[in-house]
Amino acid sequence: MMVTEQPTESLAYSAPDRGQGKQITLAHGEGGRLMRRLISEEIVAALGNRYLASLGDAAVLPSIQGPLCFSTDSFVVTPLFFPGGDIGSLSVYGTVNDLAVAGARPRWISLGLILEEGLPIQTLRRVLASVAEAAERADVQVVTGDTKVVPRGAADGLFINTTGIGEQAAPVPPGPTSLKVGDELLVSGPIGRHGIAVLAARDELDFDPAPTSDSAPLVGAVAALRDAGIPLRAVRDATRGGVAAVLHEWAEASRLTLSVDEADLPVTPEVRGACELLGLDPLHVANEGTMVVAVPAGASSRALDVLRSVPQATGAARIGHVRERTLAGVVVRRALGREHPLDEPLGAPLPRIC
Amino acid sequence: MKYLDEYRDPAGCRRLAKEIRTTATRSWTIMEVCGGQTHGLLRHGIDRELDGVVRLIHGPGCPVCVTPLESIDFALDLARRQDVLLTSFGDMLRVPGSRQRLLEGRGETGNVGIVYSPLDAIRLAEEQPDRQIVFFAVGFETTAPATALAVRRAAELGLDNFSLLVAHVCVLPAMETLAANPNSSVQGFLAAGHVCTVTGHACYEEFVSRFRLPVVVTGFEPIDLLAGILQCVEQLERGEASVANCYGRSVRTDGNTHAVELMGEVYEVCDRPWRGFGVVPGGGLKLRPKYASFDATERFDFNSLPIVEPKECRSGEVLSGQIKPTDCECFGTRCTPESPMGAPMVSTEGACSAYYQYGAAESTALTEGAKS
Repeated sequence: MMVTEQPTESLAYSAPDRGQGKQITLAHGEGGRLMRRLISEEIVAALGNRYLASLGDAAVLPSIQGPLCFSTDSFVVTPLFFPGGDIGSLSVYGTVNDLAVAGARPRWISLGLILEEGLPIQTLRRVLASVAEAAERADVQVVTGDTKVVPRGAADGLFINTTGIGEQAAPVPPGPTSLKVGDELLVSGPIGRHGIAVLAARDELDFDPAPTSDSAPLVGAVAALRDAGIPLRAVRDATRGGVAAVLHEWAEASRLTLSVDEADLPVTPEVRGACELLGLDPLHVANEGTMVVAVPAGASSRALDVLRSVPQATGAARIGHVRERTLAGVVVRRALGREHPLDEPLGAPLPRIC
Repeated sequence: MKYLDEYRDPAGCRRLAKEIRTTATRSWTIMEVCGGQTHGLLRHGIDRELDGVVRLIHGPGCPVCVTPLESIDFALDLARRQDVLLTSFGDMLRVPGSRQRLLEGRGETGNVGIVYSPLDAIRLAEEQPDRQIVFFAVGFETTAPATALAVRRAAELGLDNFSLLVAHVCVLPAMETLAANPNSSVQGFLAAGHVCTVTGHACYEEFVSRFRLPVVVTGFEPIDLLAGILQCVEQLERGEASVANCYGRSVRTDGNTHAVELMGEVYEVCDRPWRGFGVVPGGGLKLRPKYASFDATERFDFNSLPIVEPKECRSGEVLSGQIKPTDCECFGTRCTPESPMGAPMVSTEGACSAYYQYGAAESTALTEGAKS
């Protein structure tokens, strides 16, 4: 916990915010009455379930069958709210998607909040409502949590960490070392939407229409593939570094070359226009609800049919294939038919997006 | 997408490439002036498509690349001052000074900000009256009107906490330097489409009559680039040299006269050192005396330390079209975008970066592998 100099409860919950409502104060993180009220009146009220409501030091969860999947992620996005999502829903889907692409059914998540002194309570309420809605949509429960308050300037409004547990569901995709020559590469929807939406919102780029994030749970799409018996080699959500980062990881793991056709990449006009303007490649831009899937040769049309029947993946497309290793691990065939190596993203164009 | 797809049509590109091949009776050497054109040519494989017919030499048109180290060091020095917020375009932040990059300076002090427009820097100056906001003004005639507008706006608002570190450069004098070099093999120029959108192309008439070299105003999409090259090859085959405009959807004869007037009001032409070139006569812009109070070099002291360019880096020869990036021994081995030795490997418009990004490193690596 942060050590602070002025733990004055009397200033706290009712402190005026220049007429704009109540704010988070340092006292909200110091274990006293205000913190208890914050937890019970805001957090438990928004996310309540029997595990969380007990307010114990640890949630006692029922035993589940088979191996557990366990994953953690932290969220520091600026701005907190952007077209298509916010830090609350993002923090749920980020962890849930990591579990889903590992072949798990997500069950429970924790919610760690780091709040900056002065954050309007109303903002926290909006974020918590969004966490609650996202958890319901992804069919997970928030079963434990933690809240800290740091002095003004020590955080950027609000940071969130979520950690999730899921039960692994057979058959589990064996992963990128199992890739074979001829395998086909799919994406579950248009690429680059999250990175461009956040960049445009953060830097007030005023694109019209504003690009929207793809932030959403992938649980249903992965489950649909599994339930339909589609053989899967590898599945990965294409977050930071975009589809390019996933392809590079897989090329390295498999020692094969992954070839992508630019003409087959699903890209919305908003993302394409913004990328042209800003000199970015949609392949390098982050997603938060879009995954790359590798299936054996010949399985792609069935896999696409299944994906397109799921609301989150109606824009799924085949983007390329796996072939014998050449010098470059990832190549992209550009519009005029020339093939180029696809560089690994260096990360510089989008400083902080998730 | 309108204004894009029709200029990337593969069939149209193939038709133009074929026409260039049938028109050329020998191999011609053409320089594309702008770094954006270099990227377009490499990204779409046009250089390889025309191999044996047109030898493309990459020109100095990357303003970030030609900004002298001393200016970047000055900017870094400013960023270390607690009372200053140094702002610039994102690209500039990655270019190495003699000791550090602005990005690292930002990590140290937090006093470096990326803006999309110089007017954003004016807004920051209004919002933060206790802080000196310096805008690092780089770029050709494409960005100079916007920085001129910012200076005029600052004067109107009476802002005494806004200033400009001016490193603007002008394209035409650099082309003159290149054309006047007796060792130059350039037989024709693709003029920079976006610069000409501001300056127009009438200003190239004197250049053409003096050097007898074709100048074709050219855009950045594959159809634009191929049409520009075809026009240039046709002139060369006929033994002609004239100014032609192949970027008519953006460029008018006299350009954007409003922008040119604004530039003229705020800036005057000066001699300026270009990285890799030395001093280019008339190759830069500086603030007119009327606006000298907005000049960061007047407002802040700077004791420049001796500049040491990395000895192995041959970016000067790359920028002046004497060698291709792949001719440099360091290319793709000791010099990569992750650890660049010279600016052309850092800037997204730089020729070395374009070669690296679009695969030339592959062939170099292959050669290296074969050697070992």
